[in-house]
Amino acid sequence: MIEIKDLHKSYKTGASSLHVLKGINFSVKEGELVSIMGSSGSGKSTLLNILGMLDEADEGTYTLDNFPIKNLNEKVAAKYRNKFLGFIFQSFNLINYKSALDNVALPLYYQGVGRKERMDKSFAYLEKVGLADWANHLPNELSGGQKQRVAIARALASEPKVLLADEPTGALDTKTSYEVMDLIQGINDEGKTILVVTHEDDIAHMTKRIVNLKDGLIIDDSYVNQVRAIENV
Amino acid sequence: MFNLERWEEIFETIRKNKLRTFLTGVSVASGIFILVILLGVSTGMQNGVQQQFQRDAANRISVWTGATSIEYKGLNPGRDIQLTNNDYDLIDRKYQDQLEYKSSIYRIWGGLVNYKNESGSYRVEGVLPDYQFLESATLTDGRFINYADNKRYEKIAVIGLKVYKDLFKDKKSAIGKSIEVQGILFKVVGVYTDPGGEREESRVFVPLSTAQKVFGAGQDVGSLAFTLPQEDNFEQAVKTSKAFTDKLEKQLKEAHTIAPEDESAIDINNSLENMKNVYDMMRNIRLFFWFVGIATILAGVVGVSNIMLIIVKERTKEIGIRKALGAQPLSVVGMILHESVFVTTIAGFFGLLFGMLLLEFVGPMVETDFISNPTVNFQVAVSTVFILIFAGAIAGFFPAWRASRIKPIVALRDE
Repeated sequence: MIEIKDLHKSYKTGASSLHVLKGINFSVKEGELVSIMGSSGSGKSTLLNILGMLDEADEGTYTLDNFPIKNLNEKVAAKYRNKFLGFIFQSFNLINYKSALDNVALPLYYQGVGRKERMDKSFAYLEKVGLADWANHLPNELSGGQKQRVAIARALASEPKVLLADEPTGALDTKTSYEVMDLIQGINDEGKTILVVTHEDDIAHMTKRIVNLKDGLIIDDSYVNQVRAIENV
Repeated sequence: MFNLERWEEIFETIRKNKLRTFLTGVSVASGIFILVILLGVSTGMQNGVQQQFQRDAANRISVWTGATSIEYKGLNPGRDIQLTNNDYDLIDRKYQDQLEYKSSIYRIWGGLVNYKNESGSYRVEGVLPDYQFLESATLTDGRFINYADNKRYEKIAVIGLKVYKDLFKDKKSAIGKSIEVQGILFKVVGVYTDPGGEREESRVFVPLSTAQKVFGAGQDVGSLAFTLPQEDNFEQAVKTSKAFTDKLEKQLKEAHTIAPEDESAIDINNSLENMKNVYDMMRNIRLFFWFVGIATILAGVVGVSNIMLIIVKERTKEIGIRKALGAQPLSVVGMILHESVFVTTIAGFFGLLFGMLLLEFVGPMVETDFISNPTVNFQVAVSTVFILIFAGAIAGFFPAWRASRIKPIVALRDE
């Protein structure tokens, strides 16, 4: 599903240049639930952003579902993001003047799905994350956990090939975190490929594979015994 | 433009961002409102000035005489020049087919006029029938002096509205009543009104022949007045009347043995030339208001641009989210511009409507000497609304375009 070879990325900050990713080789098969770990500054978010086509690599190749991702213009990148990827952010990134339902419907709007079908589909996904009763509430009327579940519903709505979650539990308390992870595990059980960036060990162990990043290099990549989140709730 | 989904998206955004929409709308609407008022006042001022100069026929040419100032052909300077019926007849005969209206006038400056117990001092003018048109006078009652009155030395009078109000306190019709002018009885046959106002209505007109006879003037006349036929082209009209007055001056100077360069003996006052000055002044007024108007539009454009910049800045994060979810750059630009153009259009026309309504209802109440009937050219006002909308769209386009080019990762980081 995802193939990365010799990926490099550096950021220019004034005169000096910061080499963040120093040659990452990495691949993910369909249906995997992978966590990317590392301390802050290890390059894990940068890696995720490149995977999400929100950012571009300087060197190396990236293939997503057999499509080479290289030198995409904004238009094509937007199309690929919409078609292949679903994002879950630490800060939820819901549009605050839109209701939960309209937020979930937004990727479908950009897919050109008609209003009726869009709303039905969005409502089904809100039901799936257990927020059917909150469909017409604005984000600021929802709790953190609820917001993240709306964001997950939104990420699922466009039926992407890969879900990318950047610290999905970073802004949540432990109990809510586990609830969100339970939801993510459930989605993975249905066969969706999911990548989770986290720096929390317990969250990482709820995935099936942990990739450890340090100073822009993968230092460890191993399969683990998945801890079911539901057992800890 | 006709994408229903897009409209739904925009209406939702507007509904959920009432304050922002309201503020944008108010700034646009007030800009247009001020401009409409400004243009209205400018028109009002032009109308006002124009009225001030409408006392007499616009193309009237008046001939007055004074004393000579230059020695000529053995005649001393300081010699008074007196016009007579003879001068008038000569001009009348020579330029018959060129003249529209013509009259000679004999004046008594402070004529004593009595009716019953009321009396007043008014200008008494002996005139010919055409004088009504030379004065732009309109009769409110009765008739004006005619040819037969002059022929038969009739002792009849046409009085101004002011004279009527002063003397006829009983407010009954003055027609048929006898008034005493300088001790001689005249029968009132008409009452007139004059656009020049009270000053011009404080006069009594009598037949020229009668005036010359009863006031002992012989063949003397005080001044001559003419008009040339109207011409469509103003510049051409000025030229024609200038040529006419030049010939007139030459002829009169020869007839009265006056040096050609003597400026004080014969004074020809050409209203059309004066009118040209007035037109020039009005053009300057118009130019000034246009300048102020364009400055106002510019200020409005800057205001709209400013708001657009703020809106785009405020929505940077939203743009990032939308792009992460698959929005095309163009759709982001389109969304922002579509919304802003929609809001400025509605607000612009509201401002236009309020401005026009104010001019429509308050305008007629404004009646000072220098502002009258302020109106605004609808086409001009609508064009300015479109200019403002267009400029707002242009001004909004660049920040929106730039925002749409920002990488979503950068836009998402924006707090």
